[in-house]
Amino acid sequence: MTLQLDEADRALLQGARGPAMKLAMELVVQAAQIMEAPRLIPVSFAHIDACFYSGQAHIDFVQYLLDHDARFAVPSWSNNGVVSLTHFDLYDGNPDQEMVQGARKLMELYEALGCTPVWTCAPYHLPGRPRKGAHIVVGESNAVTFYNSIAGCRTNKYGDYLDVACALVGKAPFAGLHTDEGRRAQLLFDLSDVAEEWRQEDIFYHLLGHHVGRVSGRRIPVITGLPAKANEDNLKAVSSAVAASGGVELWHGVGVTPEAPDADAVFAGGPQHRVSHDDLKAARDVLTSGRDGPLDLVAFGTPHFSANEFADVVKALDGRRISGNLSCVITTSRFVRDYIAGKGWLAELERAGVTVVADICSYYTPGIRQVRGRAMTNAAKWAYYAPGMLPVEVCFGSLRECVESAVRGEVWRDSRLWEALA
Amino acid sequence: MIRGRILNAGTAQGPALVLSEPVSFWGAFDPRTGRIVDVHHPQCGSAMAGRILLLPETRGSGGTPGGIAEAIRRGTGPKGVILITPDINLAIGAAVAAALYQRDCPVIAVAPEDYALLVTWPELAIAADGVVSPPVRQ
Repeated sequence: MTLQLDEADRALLQGARGPAMKLAMELVVQAAQIMEAPRLIPVSFAHIDACFYSGQAHIDFVQYLLDHDARFAVPSWSNNGVVSLTHFDLYDGNPDQEMVQGARKLMELYEALGCTPVWTCAPYHLPGRPRKGAHIVVGESNAVTFYNSIAGCRTNKYGDYLDVACALVGKAPFAGLHTDEGRRAQLLFDLSDVAEEWRQEDIFYHLLGHHVGRVSGRRIPVITGLPAKANEDNLKAVSSAVAASGGVELWHGVGVTPEAPDADAVFAGGPQHRVSHDDLKAARDVLTSGRDGPLDLVAFGTPHFSANEFADVVKALDGRRISGNLSCVITTSRFVRDYIAGKGWLAELERAGVTVVADICSYYTPGIRQVRGRAMTNAAKWAYYAPGMLPVEVCFGSLRECVESAVRGEVWRDSRLWEALA
Repeated sequence: MIRGRILNAGTAQGPALVLSEPVSFWGAFDPRTGRIVDVHHPQCGSAMAGRILLLPETRGSGGTPGGIAEAIRRGTGPKGVILITPDINLAIGAAVAAALYQRDCPVIAVAPEDYALLVTWPELAIAADGVVSPPVRQ
């Protein structure tokens, strides 16, 4: 298939705007040819993942762009960094100064290039969400899945450099999830066998997402039977979990996501699965690598916590302090952190002994990175990756279980919750 | 003659390193040493430097371009890559390294039956037109 380019595209390829914009266009064209796209499509927004430091090549790339006057064509927001610029004093005395300084420099260079410095893996919580149907460019896996599934935007999962290149030229290959046919569901999950009351629990969405992702792999699933009142935090939990346990970049929820008013709208046939209580228990057991017992860490905020999730924690704490024997860390964006500071919740959480860190990915957060032992989380994504990235065993639980456990200093189980699943 | 699809252009020649399972170039690979570090990978510890890497596919990771580009920068990366499933991340990472450091790392996709033949050779050469063959000694 021949790739159709317009005059402006060809001018960029010929170097009309300098070598950096030429390189950007070459990368977009190279990707389009690999994807066998017939043409490029204009995009209106980008979320840049290449600001996540992994070595000198990342710095050399953005420095080359800056040195040759590259400019973003569309609003481009930054993913979280490997370090926190808001809390940079946390890195005093860090033995890996090469990483710390490199990560900081990379973030400063992307800001100089014109990235809006939101430093978050949950940019969809911030005002300015692209409208339904908008073609956008996103790289971070949970953000890809949220924008596609919940916001109804259209993006493929763009790896490092290609995300930046597309944002610079303002176009992406018209292929995959940008096309109508690329967004149809390939398998169906039916929730009829799951008790109604369990479908209201926050933990249900994490377990469901883990199960659906594991079965789906890279296919597009549609789920029937989700409660119409499932909120965005619930849908975010499904999105981040399916992206972690599988490679799901788009899922549909009948009656809850924008492209699936009914199953027929997205699903023409294919494998069908009935989700059972045993599936949910199996997901819980996979996400739980540790035995119940004394805790060293409770981690919230993968993906970055929303304002409503903070409200849930504040309410569950109910003025109590967390145990002095463990760390309780919540990662979020600086925007949401400023919001909860304004509400008085940040001060309340800090009084309770909770640490709130902005700008950064949970696994790289000082206070989490050094912990050894037993950790608890309410996030399926965190529970999925942490055992491979940190020297911890993980106990997975509901938000309420995690808060109660943080107060008690050891894993507490909500017997009412689990008896209902028996 | 085996002519593959050119995902990233270039020429290369060297001993083959055949991976029996897919690998991610972020997290499962350390660009500082050029070695596979994923303990679940059967070839954990294998070094890619100077090799023509053959693998059926990568494990999708948005960090792969950065991993391969950094390895090419350091000289710890493969000289070239041959796979079955076309891979944008490897191709883009290699293209960026070529632009920044003027170092070729061709990435070529071949048909499964061609791949099955190529993995039987201890050494391979990739030509600019995408032809992959055992190197011809002058």
